[in-house]
Amino acid sequence: MKIDSISDFMDKLVLVITIFLAFSITASRAEEKLEFNRDVRPILSNACFHCHGPDEKKRKSGLRLDLESDAFKPAKSGDPVMIKGDAEKSELVFRIFLPDDDDDHMPPIDSGKSITKEQKEILRKWIEQGAEYQGHWAFASTKRPAVPQYPDAKHPLDAFLKKRLLVEGLSMRVEADKETLLRRVSLDLTGLPPTLEEMDAFAEDNTPDAYEKVLDRLLSSPHYGERMALEWLDLARYADSNGFQSDGSRSMWLWREWLIGAYNRNLPFDQFTIEQLAGDMLPNPTDDQIVATGFNRNHRLNGEGGRIVDEWFVETVIDRVETTSMTWMALTMNCARCHDHKYDPISQKEFYQFFAFFNSNDESGVLAANGKNGNNTMPFIKVAGADHKKKEVELKAKLEEAQAKAQASEKAGLAAAFEKWMNEERQAFANGKPRQAWIPLVDEKVTSKGGATFKRQPDGSWLPGGKNPTHDVYEIESPLAAGMFSGILLDCLPDDRIPQKSLGRYSNGNFVLTRVEAEIRPTEGKPMPVKLTRREADYSQQGWDISMVNNGNPGTGWAVDGPTRRKPIKAMFLPDSQVKLPKGGLLVVRFFHEALSQHNMGRFRVSYSERKVTSLGGKPGLPANLVSLLRMEPGSLKPGNRKKLEQYFKANARNPISQAQTKVAQAKKALDNFKNTLPSTMVMKEKPAPKDAFVLNRGEYDQPTDKVERKLPASLPPLAADQPLNRLGLARWLVSGDHPLTARVWVNRIWERLFGVGIVKTSENFGSQAEWPVHPELLDWLAVEFAKPSRLPKVAEKPAQAWDMKAMIKFIMLSKAYRQSSSAPEELYRKDPENRLLARGPRFRLKGETVRDQALAISGLLVPKIGGPSTRPYMPTGVWDETNRYGNLRNYKATTGDGLYRRSMYTIWKRTAAPPSMLLFDAPNREICTPKRSRTNTPLQALALMNEVTYVEAARALAQRMMNEGGDTVESRLTTGFRLVTARTPDKETLAVLKSGFERRRKEFNEKPEAAKSLIMQGTSKPDPSLDARELAAYSATASILLNLDRVVTKD
Amino acid sequence: MSDFFHKNSISHPMNRRAMLDRCGMGLGALGLTGLLQDEGLLGAPNPLAPKQSHFPGRAKSVIWIFVNGGPSHVDTWDYKPALEKMDGMTFEGFDRFTGFFANAVGGLMKSPFKFTPRGQCGKMVSEIFPRLGEHVDKMAFIHSGHTESNNHSPALFMMNCGVPRMGYPCAGAWATYGLGSSSRDLPSFVVMSDPLGRGLPKGHAANWGAGFLPSVYQGTHFRPKGDPIDNLHRPKEQDTSRQRRQLDLLAQLNRQDLKKNPHEEELAARIESFELAYRMQTAAPEALDLANEPEHLKELYGLNVGKSKHFAAQCMMARRLVERGTRFIQIYSGGMANQRSWDGHSDIKGNHSGFAQETDQPIAGLLTDLEQRGLLDETLIVWAGEFGRLPVAQKSGKPGRDHNPHCFTAWMAGGGVKGGVSHGESDEVGHKAAVDKVHVNDFHATILHLLGLNHKELTYRYGGRDFRLTDVAGKVIAPILA
Repeated sequence: MKIDSISDFMDKLVLVITIFLAFSITASRAEEKLEFNRDVRPILSNACFHCHGPDEKKRKSGLRLDLESDAFKPAKSGDPVMIKGDAEKSELVFRIFLPDDDDDHMPPIDSGKSITKEQKEILRKWIEQGAEYQGHWAFASTKRPAVPQYPDAKHPLDAFLKKRLLVEGLSMRVEADKETLLRRVSLDLTGLPPTLEEMDAFAEDNTPDAYEKVLDRLLSSPHYGERMALEWLDLARYADSNGFQSDGSRSMWLWREWLIGAYNRNLPFDQFTIEQLAGDMLPNPTDDQIVATGFNRNHRLNGEGGRIVDEWFVETVIDRVETTSMTWMALTMNCARCHDHKYDPISQKEFYQFFAFFNSNDESGVLAANGKNGNNTMPFIKVAGADHKKKEVELKAKLEEAQAKAQASEKAGLAAAFEKWMNEERQAFANGKPRQAWIPLVDEKVTSKGGATFKRQPDGSWLPGGKNPTHDVYEIESPLAAGMFSGILLDCLPDDRIPQKSLGRYSNGNFVLTRVEAEIRPTEGKPMPVKLTRREADYSQQGWDISMVNNGNPGTGWAVDGPTRRKPIKAMFLPDSQVKLPKGGLLVVRFFHEALSQHNMGRFRVSYSERKVTSLGGKPGLPANLVSLLRMEPGSLKPGNRKKLEQYFKANARNPISQAQTKVAQAKKALDNFKNTLPSTMVMKEKPAPKDAFVLNRGEYDQPTDKVERKLPASLPPLAADQPLNRLGLARWLVSGDHPLTARVWVNRIWERLFGVGIVKTSENFGSQAEWPVHPELLDWLAVEFAKPSRLPKVAEKPAQAWDMKAMIKFIMLSKAYRQSSSAPEELYRKDPENRLLARGPRFRLKGETVRDQALAISGLLVPKIGGPSTRPYMPTGVWDETNRYGNLRNYKATTGDGLYRRSMYTIWKRTAAPPSMLLFDAPNREICTPKRSRTNTPLQALALMNEVTYVEAARALAQRMMNEGGDTVESRLTTGFRLVTARTPDKETLAVLKSGFERRRKEFNEKPEAAKSLIMQGTSKPDPSLDARELAAYSATASILLNLDRVVTKD
Repeated sequence: MSDFFHKNSISHPMNRRAMLDRCGMGLGALGLTGLLQDEGLLGAPNPLAPKQSHFPGRAKSVIWIFVNGGPSHVDTWDYKPALEKMDGMTFEGFDRFTGFFANAVGGLMKSPFKFTPRGQCGKMVSEIFPRLGEHVDKMAFIHSGHTESNNHSPALFMMNCGVPRMGYPCAGAWATYGLGSSSRDLPSFVVMSDPLGRGLPKGHAANWGAGFLPSVYQGTHFRPKGDPIDNLHRPKEQDTSRQRRQLDLLAQLNRQDLKKNPHEEELAARIESFELAYRMQTAAPEALDLANEPEHLKELYGLNVGKSKHFAAQCMMARRLVERGTRFIQIYSGGMANQRSWDGHSDIKGNHSGFAQETDQPIAGLLTDLEQRGLLDETLIVWAGEFGRLPVAQKSGKPGRDHNPHCFTAWMAGGGVKGGVSHGESDEVGHKAAVDKVHVNDFHATILHLLGLNHKELTYRYGGRDFRLTDVAGKVIAPILA
């Protein structure tokens, strides 16, 4: 039967033909040499290993078929299971060809396993050909295969593909047109569509390296890191909540920011690995390297009431084992939690030996007691995110500068400055113009008429204590040097030992001062009263103004809102004119509290002034005793007194050292304050000594059996002798270059991302159940090239380094395979529906995040800020409320600002109620590590694209761009819209369809202007008022269609 | 074709392309997908296309009343006269760690409810089910159910997904994967939860998730408040005819691309998804709108009775959905745990009579209604929770009962199940399943069997292994099959 004739038949026949076709190719393969890994292992693994594989406990009849050493032993019956080269005498062949219902048929009918007829033939043939075993391909070390040589396929990737295509009788398509290519690379590298300017620039650039320049530009874009992070967030089970019952918030966005930054600065994958798995254990790790370890703190944390801590500690560690082995090795190690792995050479003991690398984090394994309110669970650190970094750098620089100045001024010495200061002060007093207005009293005596006691405080103030009489009078007696008396200053100071920590002794913290008297007592003669007529305060309680002091009415006075206002207050009391002080005289001041019971003053300080004062301002000046010293002849100053002055100078006077030290203190405080406001992120922190680990019977936390030590699975390469037996050693082991899985797994994942399906389709499993790679040599070549580059291109002039992610991606994108057109003849679609052979270019639906980001970018709504905390865009009302009755993530409210228009990767992620519009597009819920998303097309997606406010609003915004930036004709505006969404110019037919649709819409809206108004009011952003509402509505309707076009939600 | 193209065990009918060619421009009037779907010719990329069952199934759809929180079998359907005799006695040899509250274990406790024989078969039924008692001749009871966890979340996962861990596909997802959708314009697998603000069952959406199956098979959870389905309402000025014209225009443009790339099957699937979405906007509100249901039926379901109103409405919606082709429906009775669901740790009497009052008449009404419409034969009704409860008291002001993973009772009715039979037995006091024990895997195997699916053949390869709903076990409970 000829393939050409298929189309003549009923469609359903195609299936039959396809099977026939498949069979005929298989049959032809039977003539060539069969390979164990490619042809035989998948059959045995699927049908036989469950009972005749690695799991010792499940093994039947002692027969083991996965190891060559065991497979040729005689069966229990004594018959040889397999004889190399003699299928007929091999028991295995005999058994599988028995009728299904025969008791001896293998696999047994009740096992649920079966072998097809073709598979039976393959087994027979393979034994006849000598039954040669191979180790599992993915566990074998990678060797660089020779690149096939073809004159028209210089790129190694194309050469390997071509070799296979020739066998299949196929060839690659032509290169996609420039428009398609630009959109493809822009979406693949940044997750954002090209702008009109970028389209024009590329279209006009006819230089031979125009395409490469575009790649370099995109690889240098800060949005590259955002796009790269998407898959990694699924692997890392990143979320903003803790999961489980109350599912409250946590803060891990700093780790996400680290991730984006790591991709953007092109951190090589080996370092990328080491920092995430063990950054905390590096010598002198930076904050950044510690933040990176958040990778293994992104797991859920159980905070349920009845949880058992030991149980969840084990679950937490196992999650780490599962995630690490899946992410770097694509191994399902968790299968070995309860028993030896059924398919892969990982025993239960080896699982717990691996477990022992991850169980010594300094943690409880469950949510912290205060974790339900959004606090992070130890260990965590506080660090600056990108938003904070600039400020932090500034503050650190200021501190360093201040410290440098302080050191310099100390070096310069003080002596000269002190002399200078002393002279200046002395001169000022001599001139009757002291530099500071207020001179605190020093040697004064303070007494209470009512029996209170007073204690001197270090700052020279007095604290009353003891009895608090009904109406107290405080008397202050102070010797003064000869000079002028110009008034007194009263400082009232809050104190912890005063009621309400306030200013007054009454239980509510208040006081009322009714009268202030002053008199000067000369050594001889009568005391001279000084009438204090001017009163001023920097604060008075309403109705108790300072002016009520000394007003002759003892029922009124000055009060200070003691119960509520606990701040220092100043008041001054001045005579009409200055009074001369006699030598050796005394100043006496009395404070009366006559208005309310027990409303006596709290802590206070009294100063006086020698010069005319007009304001309360200024710091307290030289204390009175020092003023006396200054007045002495400089020569007569005793060393002790000189020292007193010097001490005062150092501590109080403006001098270079104290100034510099103040600045240091200020800068340090600013930095500390800033650090306290920094966000926290959970990290790994190794305990000083490793915690014991045990094999857990059936994986149960409370059934420990044998104690185990850290060890790597025997089927994988050993740890290098110079490496520590801990997480750091394990991380380095993964990227040592000898590890067979790490590079293969990464290269395969990037292949999957760019081409739709991996070279190994089971990108989530490289164990023995993995699919045989469709291009095994190419996979190995790429894996070797990744770790030890020889052909990788420069990226933006930088030569490729080992494990260079940007260079590897660019390398793949430079291939013909990637650049070819995706359109292809029917036969090719039939033959290769998943496009594994790459006889055409990639074409598949964009990720959910990209669908939304693209709509925001096209419409101009996107706020392109990178990093930062998660945001709250539109989500259905009640989205958070169904899942939990507790926890702090309930009652969802969308933000009103920029957060509505940030990229989707920043949308706040609550695990039990993940963003619905992302789930619709196959996003996982991030409960656990998810290596792969499915790619479905469902009506619920269509509903979101048609009706969700994000897209309706985006359509309006796009319509505005069409009207504002698209020229004046309908054609040019529609063309602009079409270019924005597809990156290409519409053909005539398309434009005609769009135009007729638009005209109809415009006619409708002209008839129903109110419908037009309502349509354009969707969303938070406001329509451009300068545009005609009916026109705008018609363009919005068209824009909605444009955004929903298949080719728009598809990467082509 | 080379052998690297892996196939899952359910094969898809191939090729939609010729069909697309054939119907050409007829979309606007006919609905392209409708045409395709009617002819059963939707191709590989539509994972919801109807698929051939393994053998003709008796049930076309399933309505699973999930008795959330763990109903007590000895107070509902599993009559234990011995408990009356032994009331208050210490239960010798009982492991007090069986349930959750090891320090509140009391003596054996008789049921606070009277049991009387009901129906032709004379089944002893608790007084809390006066109306359901009338239907025992339609029911097949399983008294020997047992499960693997004594804790809500894992037990819920077990009952829904066959594994006591999160992240596996649930029975509804497996059924949809195995059979595709038979509804042209409604989701195939629907979940309704408590609308009285008592929360979701523990484990939330993981109970109706698709696990590693493509997410298209997951249950569509109708939000109990607001729009049942997100984005179901078009912007208000976008009326039906305008949206229809919009979609026609969209399809016309997409088809231009299809002409250039006629073999691109994803593209055709997308055209179809928009069509289905368009119809769903009308179909879903219509299916859930009970306004035109006749008064006597509302009476029958208990829609006018305060206590049962909400559940009656859900049962009635379930019937309407089944009529319109929805394959698998779960209705959760009760919310999260403790007094918000059947989780009667204290006051088992008040708890169970309360929830029975909410559900007795609605479920009875549903059975009657389905029977009268001739739909009961092809609709499987399942009544089951995540585990049973202990025969001993849980000490409390008013005594309750703690979780019991060793024994529970479930029943099925309609959809190819024998009526008036009881399968398996618990021990004398209802502590453990004793005779003809039924594991959750067996229970699932039976549901799949009734839908025409062999649980051993219904596999999906993930992470290198062929997974099943029934893991590596499961046996169809043959004696209850009609």
